[in-house]
Amino acid sequence: MSEIASKTSINLAQEDQVVGPWKEAWRSFRKNKSALVGTAIVIFFVLLAILGPFIAPQGINDQNLSQRLLPPSSEFWFGTDDLGRDIFSRILHGARISLTVGFFAVVISAAAGSFLGIIAGYYGKWIDTIISRIFDIMLAFPSILLAIAVVSILGPSLRNALIAIAIINIPNFGRLIRSRVLSIKEEEYIHAAKAIGMKNARILWRHILPNSMTPVIVQGTLAIATAIIEAAALGFLGLGAEAPQPEWGKMLADARIFLLNAPWAMIFPGLAIMLTVVGFNLMGDGLRDALDPKMKS
Amino acid sequence: MSRKKILEVKDLETSFFTDDGRIAAVDHISFSVEEGEILAIVGESGCGKSVTSLSIMGLVPSPPGKITAGEILLDGQNLATLSEKEMRQIRGKDVAMIFQEPMTSLNPLFTIGNQMMEAIQIHNKTWTKKQAKERAIEMMKLVGLPRAEELFKEYPHQLSGGMRQRVMIAMALVCDPKVLIADEPTTALDVTIQAQILKLMKDLNIRLQTAVLLITHDLGVVAETCERVIVMYAGQIVEQAPVQEIFKNPQHPYTKGLIQSVPDMRYKKDALYSIPGNVPKPGSIQKGCRFAPRCEYAFPRCSEENPELYSKTKAHTARCFLLDSENEVVLHAEMGGQVNGERIAES
Repeated sequence: MSEIASKTSINLAQEDQVVGPWKEAWRSFRKNKSALVGTAIVIFFVLLAILGPFIAPQGINDQNLSQRLLPPSSEFWFGTDDLGRDIFSRILHGARISLTVGFFAVVISAAAGSFLGIIAGYYGKWIDTIISRIFDIMLAFPSILLAIAVVSILGPSLRNALIAIAIINIPNFGRLIRSRVLSIKEEEYIHAAKAIGMKNARILWRHILPNSMTPVIVQGTLAIATAIIEAAALGFLGLGAEAPQPEWGKMLADARIFLLNAPWAMIFPGLAIMLTVVGFNLMGDGLRDALDPKMKS
Repeated sequence: MSRKKILEVKDLETSFFTDDGRIAAVDHISFSVEEGEILAIVGESGCGKSVTSLSIMGLVPSPPGKITAGEILLDGQNLATLSEKEMRQIRGKDVAMIFQEPMTSLNPLFTIGNQMMEAIQIHNKTWTKKQAKERAIEMMKLVGLPRAEELFKEYPHQLSGGMRQRVMIAMALVCDPKVLIADEPTTALDVTIQAQILKLMKDLNIRLQTAVLLITHDLGVVAETCERVIVMYAGQIVEQAPVQEIFKNPQHPYTKGLIQSVPDMRYKKDALYSIPGNVPKPGSIQKGCRFAPRCEYAFPRCSEENPELYSKTKAHTARCFLLDSENEVVLHAEMGGQVNGERIAES
């Protein structure tokens, strides 16, 4: 018994020696129950998005007008909609659409925002003034209004909704990174890097960027949740996904006239949106706790 | 004694342009560092020590700072006129610098080895990873880091402050610089570690013959390591002398004040001596000697004219009218026959 105990303590001690900053963050993340639940939900939906089309019991656009608006049953788990399509199958496909839109919109806006934010924060002066004022102007609009404006310029489609969502999220990332860079560039290791003759560009990409990434990861996870809602909102307004596409927001919009007769047609897509968003939010909160240096001792 | 002057600062003025106008943080100072010597610059905070060192490195934050006059000659090459690109070739290779705060001087995301190799490869672009690694480990051993191979793979947070400062020293010396600027290298460390780091710097100075410019406010550090001392006050050099001279026979009242305020184990005192008043704010400097308002020896001339550097001996100069031979007669009469030399000697 004591042998086992001493063995495990040795293992722990060895593990202690090789802890990098990322491993340390993973350890604290692992202890956070709600973060793990969130991650499980996210992984579940990611799997659905990948496997959805293969495991769906019915085709997404298989209309069967004799089986319109049927309540959930063993054949149609989540019931059918007004065209007799299987809601469960459509939700499985919808996971792919929502996650893709959420993920790519966030990746695009995080990349563009980080780039602009880093340049503004590091070079300062007029570059900073211009970039920051543009962010201010963008943030002065309610984001969904801005998204609607962008989509109405580009024309309604899923791709344009994605672009719109990416654009409206740029200033959030930009400001976040800019403030982070402002504090990091005064760190002594940046001075030390300059003192060994390092170029500005190298300091930016090798020392400042990696050290400013943690809030982006956290913000990115939380932003996926918002982006999914925004995509659904645009879909609901008829500015996102087009007719046969099983986008969750679009499904909500189509089902709302039958709310009283066939509530399942609305409840299930709504639940899917809610669950994904909750998953990403819980995971994002957990990441923040694990990665935020202020919370660390 | 006639060693080659490796670094010569001539009439250097570094100014900051603020909303309240131009402020000279370093006001026409001249000094030189000889090959293989350790020169200390001492002074209170705000007297221009750090700005001097940043000027040499070309790292004065600009704007608002700028070198507005003078030359910085490194081995005959004037650093003050070099472009940022040319200066980058010099930094780390010919002049290196270590900082006050070893806890934050290393990037927390990369291993020690990674950062050491980076420092090497910046100035030796043709070196392979293997060569760089060998050199890094060799330097880590040279600065007395135990188990260098293991430390190579560790992250900064796994090292103590003293070890990190050793890493910083190793990193600074990795390209064999001619001059090493150490800006308060031991201030953030505890006393026993301070002594180790100072000893290490002295050893390395002897072994590698790297000239060291040591910036500090701690006269204890000066006594242990340096050959010559420059005392700065409000952007000016007020006294310059070999280290024994400074402690035995300080000429400037400010230097005396600094020495008196070092705690002494031999005597039991109720309160530690401190110089009354503060360093004048840059920009608020009036005419006359800058130290006059705080000086217990001040007489009317001090608030009228700015003293020049008077020589006590060839190697010992001080910016004080008490050393002016013309003054002696005047003083003699004014103070009822008390010769200034005696007054200085009595402390």
